Amino acid sequence: MKRTDDDRRRALRIAAAAGGTLLLGACDKLSSSPSFVGLLKSAQHLSRTAHKAVVGRRAMAQEFAESDVTPGFRSNGTTMPRDTDYRALLQGGFVDWRLGVDGLVERPAAFSLTHLRAMPSRTQITRHDCVEGWSAIGKWKGVPLRHLLAQVGVLPQARYVVFHCADSMSEGSRDSRYYESVDLDEALHVQTILAYELNGAPLPVANGAPLRARIERQLGYKHAKYLMRIELAERLDAIRGGQGGFWEDSEGYEWYAGI
Amino acid sequence: MDAAEEARRIYRHRWPVRLMHWINVVCLTILLMSGLNIFNAHPALYWGEDSIGSRPWLVITAVPSGSGVVGVTQIAGHQFVTDGVLGVSRSSVNGAMMQRAFPSWATIPGARWLSMARHWHLFFAWLFVVNGLAYVLYTLASGHLRRDLVPTRAEWRGIGRSLKDHLLFRHPTGEAARRYNVLQNLTYLAVIFVLLPLVVLAGMAMSPMLDSALTGWVEWLGGRQSARTLHFLAAIALVLFVLVHVFEVIVSGAWNHLRSMITGYYTLPADKKEAP
Repeated sequence: MKRTDDDRRRALRIAAAAGGTLLLGACDKLSSSPSFVGLLKSAQHLSRTAHKAVVGRRAMAQEFAESDVTPGFRSNGTTMPRDTDYRALLQGGFVDWRLGVDGLVERPAAFSLTHLRAMPSRTQITRHDCVEGWSAIGKWKGVPLRHLLAQVGVLPQARYVVFHCADSMSEGSRDSRYYESVDLDEALHVQTILAYELNGAPLPVANGAPLRARIERQLGYKHAKYLMRIELAERLDAIRGGQGGFWEDSEGYEWYAGI
Repeated sequence: MDAAEEARRIYRHRWPVRLMHWINVVCLTILLMSGLNIFNAHPALYWGEDSIGSRPWLVITAVPSGSGVVGVTQIAGHQFVTDGVLGVSRSSVNGAMMQRAFPSWATIPGARWLSMARHWHLFFAWLFVVNGLAYVLYTLASGHLRRDLVPTRAEWRGIGRSLKDHLLFRHPTGEAARRYNVLQNLTYLAVIFVLLPLVVLAGMAMSPMLDSALTGWVEWLGGRQSARTLHFLAAIALVLFVLVHVFEVIVSGAWNHLRSMITGYYTLPADKKEAP
């Protein structure tokens, strides 16, 4: 009797261990199957559709008090672009820097930092949520993207706003300048601003000087730093890797970063 | 099967409950293991809104020791050496010791791979939520909740004896085994209506878009980093529930219970006095 119990227990243990190994092996194998990963990634469309249905288009991200601001806002990704053209602009105090706005717009234009600073501004204290799990609260000042888009006139067929950045990044086999994109709902949101100030001071290089995007209802990797050009587009698949952003192309992150 | 055993055989679990139970097993296993991989991307937990100004209450990391490093877990300022499992563990890929919070045998995928872990987690989160909602609707519509899960007045009064029976590993037999016992009822109700909704709510609180649905609602959970902590603690509580659940299944007739959750049929354990 004792013997059978022991045997049974051993059999159960072996079965559990074998089951565990099989599960892990199967999950790892499935993680390298493009069609299965495609199925898993399709959940982002469900999330985005559900969020659009439940969350109002104009629903606001939470804003905080001055006392909530995190000292020493964290920097992730590029902290000092290695690109010589950027270094030259930095050296010149960004006097020669211009933000180009083109693509599906009526009047393509380029704006200097002085020009942007003279436009209507919005100041907001918001929480930055990184995909890794950390959060930080910062006070941002910048020009609402909707104001800029109104200046250039968005053509009716435009569906996405693509942010092209100055900083080159290397990840795996990919070596390219950072870029990101959002849909027009997000681009025209009141809290979507192009920030040139953090916590009352000019935007530090580590946080994207001279100008970065704030997409307050999405994760940190959407908040493109070191902005150089904004492009209005109808589709994303013809741009760079086709997935709508540097991390989307290189590491397969979800394009929809609201979750 | 003899006649006496045949007579004690009852149809216990209807097919929707059985199906949803096993979908839940798959979902929770994948959610836990992919969740641990996501945790590894920032292996620290905090209370409050942000993670920069406040000190973490939990950190799983590696600290220098002699010529190398040793895996440690720091909880509320106390440090425990957890080398080999937490902080530093063996890679499933090349067998080398490497720094990572949870070991590769506990994570999906096995490698440190945040984007892939998120794909698994967010896909199975949807399946888990749809399955959970279907279950709640079913328990309400079928009467399963009222009939089988909510304890009767008499059962409430017997709670002391039920507690003693559990501690002595005495399990009900005969007719008494037909219904869930009161501790079982309360545990299931707590898991279904408190723990599982909490893990989902705390998970949704980490979505910046959902946070804006009703501006500031994340404060109900104490802030976004508190929500991350609660999500983790609720997951640990679910693991503890599963351990007790599986333990009780094993000690009170593993095969009988397992079969009843597959075919639906359960044989009531014979009363002691009936035994030959």
